[in-house]
This record gives sequence, structure tokens and C-alpha cells, in this order.
Amino acid sequence: MTPTLSGRIQSRIFLALLIGVPWTILLTPFLPGIRIDGEGFVGFGPGMYPVTFTALGLMIVLGAVVWDPLYHGLQQFRWERDWPSMFALLTVINEAVLLWFVLSAVGVDGGGRAQMSTFVVHIATTWLLMWLFAVGPIRVVLLRYRFSGGRILRRW
Amino acid sequence: MEEVELPPPPPTGAVIRTPASVIDVEEVQAPAPTPGDLNDQLLGTSVWSDQLIASAGIPIYDVQVISVGGGIGSFVLADHLRIAGMPTNAFMALSNIETPWQTYEYLTKVSQIPRPERLRSDSTGMPDNIWGFPSYALRESRREKTLAPLWSVLTEPVFTDYWTPRAGTAFEGMAREAARIGWHGMVTMGQVRMVRRREGGGYFTILTPPPGASPTKRIAYRSQFVHLAVGYPGLRFLSDLQAYRTAYGDIARVVNAYEPHEHVYDGLLQKPGRVLVRGGGIVASRVLQRLMEDRMHKGAQTQILHLFRTYIDGKNAQNGPSRRKGSMGFAYQGFNWPKGAWGGQLKDAIESAEGAERAEIYKKLGGTHTPRRKLWQQQMRRAAGEGWYHTFQGEVTDVRPGDGGVVTTIRQKNGSVHAIEADVIIDCTGLEADLAESRILADLLEHSGAGRNPMGRLDVERTFEVRGTRNGVGRLYASGAPTLGGYYAGVDSFLGLQYAALRITDDLAAQGIVKRIGVGRSMSQWWKWFRQKPI
Ligand SMILES: Cc1cc2nc3c(=O)[nH]c(=O)nc-3n(C[C@H](O)[C@H](O)[C@H](O)COP(=O)(O)OP(=O)(O)OC[C@H]3O[C@@H](n4cnc5c(N)ncnc54)[C@H](O)[C@@H]3O)c2cc1C
Repeated sequence: MTPTLSGRIQSRIFLALLIGVPWTILLTPFLPGIRIDGEGFVGFGPGMYPVTFTALGLMIVLGAVVWDPLYHGLQQFRWERDWPSMFALLTVINEAVLLWFVLSAVGVDGGGRAQMSTFVVHIATTWLLMWLFAVGPIRVVLLRYRFSGGRILRRW
Repeated sequence: MEEVELPPPPPTGAVIRTPASVIDVEEVQAPAPTPGDLNDQLLGTSVWSDQLIASAGIPIYDVQVISVGGGIGSFVLADHLRIAGMPTNAFMALSNIETPWQTYEYLTKVSQIPRPERLRSDSTGMPDNIWGFPSYALRESRREKTLAPLWSVLTEPVFTDYWTPRAGTAFEGMAREAARIGWHGMVTMGQVRMVRRREGGGYFTILTPPPGASPTKRIAYRSQFVHLAVGYPGLRFLSDLQAYRTAYGDIARVVNAYEPHEHVYDGLLQKPGRVLVRGGGIVASRVLQRLMEDRMHKGAQTQILHLFRTYIDGKNAQNGPSRRKGSMGFAYQGFNWPKGAWGGQLKDAIESAEGAERAEIYKKLGGTHTPRRKLWQQQMRRAAGEGWYHTFQGEVTDVRPGDGGVVTTIRQKNGSVHAIEADVIIDCTGLEADLAESRILADLLEHSGAGRNPMGRLDVERTFEVRGTRNGVGRLYASGAPTLGGYYAGVDSFLGLQYAALRITDDLAAQGIVKRIGVGRSMSQWWKWFRQKPI
């Protein structure tokens, strides 16, 4: 991958909308660890949507504001100006850690209903799917993507 | 008399021949005027009328798009245009090769990349697939029943070297795609003599068909669009080696890696010898690999001497905070440009720069380099350790015959003079000849308004239209090595040829000639490709 800064941000938003949103809709009812009113595990429920969507939204915001500029800066030290796909996959680790802290700090953990495992499963699977789509199939949808440094909104 | 307007031909042998090379093929001058030939009036007129051609007795055929060359560049454009809905009868490639990869396979083979060996482009530079998905790595993974290629593209270039496909994978893929798009019905054999503008718009392309293939000596194609994909104008020898070959008539001891030189390796298996390798690029790496493997596995007793003009040992070029790595004489880079030049920050930088500023970026990113490959590193270390691989740095001041060999005199950095004696010299520098050595390009510069870019090559727009050659409703495009120095650096690569083809296709779509390959068309056509449905 050879992203530009705006390409990183555009790709992040595009992938979150195209892959992240449908996947979150499908997955949320099945996420583990839902506790209702502190009574321990009770069952699955759609009540978690605010939690998972907040997580997805924050992943975009923190990414665009904090992480993408940082990655872009680091990329300048690479002669090839590329960003190995492995980096794109593994950066979920640092992003998820920050995301968890911010989510807990702002208190959107569903009133204590979301557990770490809820969050980990949601973010890890969403990220993996977005990444898998971005390393290949996206080029079928957007033929010019591989030449555009990750930008979606650009004819040439 | 016909050749008066052309630059003088290069001195005999200065340009390396490829079997299909058109550079130094002399035109046979018939004693009596042959029917349907070029005449002085045509040669001397830059813009031709239909009348002028008809009066010379040259038959005219109409095709909407003519692509000159018929190599990988023409093929990739045909692939894009067919996918964008162009019918087969609207496109014609004029070529002197039977399959699009013929010239390429010849050059890779002589320079030591037989089909099972690996190329120097990434998994997605695919002349047989406009999307680059599923990539060559997936294909080789499936075929060879191993996950190694996938692991490699996942971890490259951090834990593994950049993964590159086998030459054979690319050729087999092109053969399949050629059949799918009906390529073989879109090629006419022959040598293109020139392209000239047509009065009233469009162009005439003059083809010299093979002897006996046509009742007239020439055929004219009248087309709205012309695409030039003629490859290298020629490959050249280093001037000191050329001088040696000319002065001593010795072409057995001084060879170029781009010409057949198996006799060198065969000879070294028969009896021990000293080989001097010149150059610090990928071709040198490949030749070293061959020499070293012959010694390690086949019992050759070769002493390998390696002369670098610039010996690199550590970081070299600089771009912003990043530097290119190097060691053991070589500078290391995955591909012929830094990866970001094909579609990222470096592409943007080059695309938005003009003139001297652009030339400056090219200079900063350019140079001679080779990919860092673990195998090559191991081989060089072992060979140096065992004392049969020696490197030198210096400027060559003299090459002359010596006791049973060739003596190369060099001036080293510290000013001292050193003589290197070898039995054979292999020139691995691969210099490219000037544009004007291609007759068709020279003609274009002289008659059709084409000019040179800041690096002296053919000046093209961002759409790959040759600047200055537009003619009414007609447009003339070019891709490949002749356009290096323009708004896109990676032109001479599979991916670069794909990029050029896509830009040209989009430009034609904007004129309503083909359909734009948008999201819908891209997906439906990909599905066809995936199921290998002919189009
Ligand atoms: C040794 C070597 C290794 C390379 N390895 C790679 C690699 O690993 N990956 C990569 O992406 N790129 C690689 N390249 C670069 C590039 O992709 C190839 O050179 C590719 O073949 C270029 O395609 P082309 O169409 O521009 O030229 P070609 O494939 O050479 O086709 C041009 C054809 O036009 C014909 N022609 C020229 N003038 C006329 C005329 N007047 N009339 C009729 N026919 C004419 C020529 O004979 C030639 O056959 C390599 C190049 C070389 C030399």
C-alpha cells in the first residue's frame, strides 16, 4: 500500500461505511459478554448498538485525528513511501488500546454492559474485514484506487 | 535517397539487437520503384492528404485505434479498451512479434531470468488483469499449493523481501487473457515506418508488411487515434566497451547481458576463467547469481571480478527524512522506482511538478540499484568469504587486449591506477539509446509536432497524449520507456503500462469512444474475467 494522508482518511471512512457498518449491524446482537443491570451474563440483545456504533465512530475520529497523521509522519522515513500491509493489519492493536481507554473514559460502555470481550471481538473482526477488503477486492470496485494513494473521491 | 530526412544510423553494432529490433534493420532498396511505396513528396510532407497517399498507390485501411508495437504496452491497452466495450474491429496492433511478450521474454531470458525465475515487479503489476486482483501471489499460492507467497506479500518488505512473480506466471497469464479478449485477431504483422498527421484530422500509419504479404510495398492505416508502444529505442553498450569492440573486433570476450552470451557460461564450465562484471543494477545481480551458482553447483572454477563505478556501502540517496539503503557495492530498492511512485505520495509529487523541478525529483529518486534479496546476499557473502569474488571501484580509463584476455585500467577514488585482467567482460549496465534511434520516434519529432520532456524523452500529457501532436478529432498517445521523464515515473513497468492504458481509456471514454469503466462496469467485467468468459 502506498497511501497519502488524505487517502488514509478517506479509505478509513469509506471502509468503515462500506464494511464496518453492515458488519456491526450483523454482529452486535451476537456479541459476547452482555450484562444487564449488573446481573452477569443474561443474553444477547440489540441494546448494544449504541455501544458498538460509538466504538466504530470513534475509531474513525481517533484514526483521522490522531493515528493517520502519525502513520503518515512515520511513512516519511520509508524510502519507498509505502506502508506494508502488515502494518495496516497490526496497527489495530495500538488503535484498539487507545479506543478502549477513550470509550471507558467518556463512559460509553453501555452503562457497564459492554465487556472488554465485547469490544475486542467487535473491533478485531471489523478491522480484519476492512483490511481484507482493502488489500484486494476494493480494486474490483474502484479500479483507480491503487493509483490514487487510497483516495476515494478523485477521478484522477 | 529515401532516408534523407533521418538522422545518421548508429555505428554498426552500437545498438544491441533484439530479434524483433527495428532499429538497425536496413530497408531494402528495390532497384526499380516498387508499387505502393513512399515517394519524395510523401517523405517531405508533414501532413498528408488522402489524395497524396492514393496517388502513391498505397492502399488505405480504416481502423479507429492503431497501436504501434504489439508488445506488452499495446496488449495492456487492448485489454483495457476491450473491457471498456471496444469491438475487436476498432483496434489494430501493428507489430513485428507474434506474441506480446516475445521481446520481453527474449530480454529477460538472455539477462538470466528464465521462466521459473522471478521478475522485478510486484504481485499486482499484472498485464493480464486490469484490477491486479486476485494477484499473482494468490495465483502461485494456489498452483504451487503453498501459503508462502501469501505470507510473503503480507510481511514484505519488513520480514521478507518484496515478493515478485515468476516470469512464467506472467507469460501464461497473458496467453490466457490474449485468448479471452481476441488479441490474435487484432494484430497485423509488419514494420511500422512512420506515423503522420492527416489533413482533416486523425493520422496515417505506414506499415511495411513482411515480403510477399501484400502486393504493395507499404500499407496505410487511417485512424482517429494512434498509440505508440514501441519499447526501448535500443539498448547500448558502455562507450569504452563499444570502443574496444570496434577497435579490436573482439565480440567474444566483451559481451552485453542483453545479448545472448551463454557461450560465456559454457566456456567457464569447461575451463577456469576470470570474469569481469560491470554495473551495479539488477542485471549485474542476476549475472552474479548465474556465475556463482555455476561455481557452487556445477563445478565451475570462475574468479568473479566486479567493477562498480560507484561503490555503495550504506545509506545513499536521500528524500526528505528517508534514505535508500545499500551495502556490498549495491544500492537497494525493490522496484525500478520507489514503490510510492506508482500510486501515492511520490506519484503526486511527480505529477504536479513541471520542467526542471520534475527532472530534479527524478534525479533524487533515480540511480542504479537492485532489490535486496536474501539469496543474493548469501551468495555474495559466501563467494567473497571463499575468495573468488572481488569488487573494485573506479572509472575506466582504458580497455585493451592483454595476455589471453582483456585488461581494464581503472582510476580509483584515491587517484591510484589499477589494472584488472579478465578473460571475459560482461557489461550489465543496460544503457538505453536515444529516442531518435527509433526511426518512428525520430520521424514523429521531426514531422508531427512531438517534443522532448525534461529528461529528453517523448513529452506526454498526464493522459499520455503526446504533447503537440493533436490533430482535429485525432489524438496520439504513447506509453512505455520512451515516455520516461513525464508526469509518471513508473512508465516502463507492467503496472505503469496498466496505468497508462487506464488513463488513455479514460481519455477515450471522455470523448465517447468507449464506455467509462466505472464501479458497475468494473465489477461486472471483473466477474467475467474471473470466470474466464471471452469478451
Ligand atoms: C530485462 C528486463 C526485465 C524487466 N523486468 C520487468 C519486471 O520484472 N517487471 C516489470 O513490470 N517490468 C519489467 N521490465 C520493463 C517493461 O515492463 C518491459 O520492458 C515491457 O516489455 C515493456 O513493454 P513495451 O510494450 O513498452 O515494450 P515491448 O514489450 O518491448 O514491446 C514493444 C514492441 O514494439 C516493437 N516495435 C518497435 N518499433 C516498431 C515498429 N516501428 N514497427 C513494428 N514494431 C515495432 C518492438 O520490436 C517490440 O517488440 C523489464 C525490462 C527488461 C528489459
